[in-house]
Amino acid sequence: MKPTLSAYKTHEVPTLNKGGTYTVLLPAFTAAAILVLISGNMASGDLAVSDSSLTPEEKGLAIAEAAEARDSGWGDWVAKAKMILRNSHGESSSRQMRYRSLEQEVAGDKNLVVFDYPRDVKGTAFLVHTQLVGNDDQWLYLPALKRVKRISANNKSGPFVGSEFSYEDLSSQEVEKYTYKFLREENQEGFNTFVLERYPVDPNSGYTKQVVWLDKEEFRSLKTDFYDRKGSLLKTLVQKDYRLYGDGFWRADSFHMANHQTGKSTLLVWEDYQFTQGLSERDFDRDTLRNVR
Amino acid sequence: MFANDHRQRKTGIALCLGMAGLALTGPAAEAAFFEDWERSGYVGAEVRAFSQTAQHEAQSGQASASLELEAEYYREWEDSDLSLTITPFLRLDSSDPKRSHFDLREFYFQKINHNWELRAGVGKVFWGVTESRHLVDIINQTDLVENIDGEEKLGQPMVNLSIPSNWGTFDLFLLPYFRERTFPGPEGRLRSQPAVDTDHPIYESSAKQWHPDFALRYANYFGNFDVGLSYFYGTGRDPVFIPEFQPNGDVFLRPGYFLIQQLGLDLQYTAGPWLLKFEGIARSGKWQHFQAFTGGFEYTFYGVFGSNMDVGTLAEYHYDSRGDRADTPFNHDIFSGARLAFNDEHDTTFLGGMVYDPDNGATSLRAEFERRLGSKYKLIIEGQSFHNATPHDLTYSLRRDSFLQIALRRYF
Repeated sequence: MKPTLSAYKTHEVPTLNKGGTYTVLLPAFTAAAILVLISGNMASGDLAVSDSSLTPEEKGLAIAEAAEARDSGWGDWVAKAKMILRNSHGESSSRQMRYRSLEQEVAGDKNLVVFDYPRDVKGTAFLVHTQLVGNDDQWLYLPALKRVKRISANNKSGPFVGSEFSYEDLSSQEVEKYTYKFLREENQEGFNTFVLERYPVDPNSGYTKQVVWLDKEEFRSLKTDFYDRKGSLLKTLVQKDYRLYGDGFWRADSFHMANHQTGKSTLLVWEDYQFTQGLSERDFDRDTLRNVR
Repeated sequence: MFANDHRQRKTGIALCLGMAGLALTGPAAEAAFFEDWERSGYVGAEVRAFSQTAQHEAQSGQASASLELEAEYYREWEDSDLSLTITPFLRLDSSDPKRSHFDLREFYFQKINHNWELRAGVGKVFWGVTESRHLVDIINQTDLVENIDGEEKLGQPMVNLSIPSNWGTFDLFLLPYFRERTFPGPEGRLRSQPAVDTDHPIYESSAKQWHPDFALRYANYFGNFDVGLSYFYGTGRDPVFIPEFQPNGDVFLRPGYFLIQQLGLDLQYTAGPWLLKFEGIARSGKWQHFQAFTGGFEYTFYGVFGSNMDVGTLAEYHYDSRGDRADTPFNHDIFSGARLAFNDEHDTTFLGGMVYDPDNGATSLRAEFERRLGSKYKLIIEGQSFHNATPHDLTYSLRRDSFLQIALRRYF
């Protein structure tokens, strides 16, 4: 049986040991907030939240940075993904792809998606070099033409392969891509959570606001509400069946995205997560896209 | 191996049908034969209809049908980073025997090492960035009977050494055998008037197809710039046409293939919704020295009118220093077009475009529509029309060949 979130609760909390490298990059007040988090009662995060000297914005940023710090140092991973797209009539279609990711110390992460199904898009590959500020670099490989194409990154609000996930939903969630505001603490499905609002920095984002529920112990994202450009609730993402991989990194097996305005939904199921595969920069290079299988 | 010989073509067709048979006779037979192989590809049926009767009486009627098959077989040897890719292609056409053809699109071994990659065999390579014309792309010969858009290519025998580095990727190509361009036969539509005599090509090199050609390419990206620089020496892929008068009064065009050197540059600048593109070449040989370029942009409106649809607008300008003497219709032309991506679960796309020659008014309109049906089938509709062609324009031969074609493919 897969260890789920509730199963995890009896585990020992993995230690946060990556603080040394990232704190120097952060503004002083947030570094201080994180140091409080790390040195203090990290399991509950009580100190950061109860620190009345922080504004809601500072507290929101501190939590986002703590969440990123908690999930840094993973190096690289590969996984298989399956998407099931459902429309409002209950009809479904599916996608299968393989995902590779490489962590970057001071820049945005690099991601590569290779499609296996449907068969007419088999071998199509999508490469992203995430940028902390400004547009990501994106290339598409079209196997029938053997052509590598640099594509515009302004597509971020568009649907990814016709699903309810947009490109920005599936891109690396770098801290710098949003501004934050802490809302409250709340019990969500049996977990103590921080509830934050975050606002995309990029004007091309399809959202004005996201509300995120992070569990206080491990900073896992449990649920996210997405608000469209008009400020109306558009979609809700629920992540569950978290499992612990590698040196203590949490990944959810199940991402369910429901669109409240169209009645469509997409279930994204991750399989065969494998960490530290020894991937290198070259595996994410534009010119090696033509070798991708 | 690639000669225009009926016996060899039949062997190819038999091989291809054999593979198709294996692919279709069921998993058991195939699993035994290709245990370590990955297989993918498609079989398809296509019908074509022309708006008018042909210009020449020898040409076929207003409708034709054909079957197509492309299968890719791939295997790798895990411990050695060695792989083998075999991609046969076959088309059987009801009206033009020259369009019924077999080609090995790929048959190459690939070895990937830490500091280099080596590919040996028959392969396919694409260079360039523009959409309406591919000036820089020179490794593979155009399979013109497949599609007059020039996007389909014949497999090219090659040894390719690729060296990735921190300063970009260097590619070296040794191309030991030349592939002649395919042309419709006298019975075919969408052909020159008079027809091309593919059985009697003229070569500058006494080694004919066996002149060893050579190419180099450097590619890199710097921020928003993607750059490629290339050099080619060998038998040029674009033929020159030499009229040939038969004793019975018939006239044919003999393709002439000459030795050339070509320097190429391709450049794309990506900024927000803008893609700015440029391809330029300088080509020289014993009988030709010219420069040509294609430059333009693609601007995309994402999520138009609050929908999921993206609308891309494209415009490209074609220049060729030979002017009207150029052996291409793209001597001084403007291309403009629109690309619609519906971003739905069927991956529906539409591409419409127009090529216009401001000197003589010759205009060609082209549209392509694609949509997946269910999970295994794909519908592809293409059409092109030709207007206002004067005898000075190379599309004059095609003025009665406006067509619509519908293809249905089943992917496996």
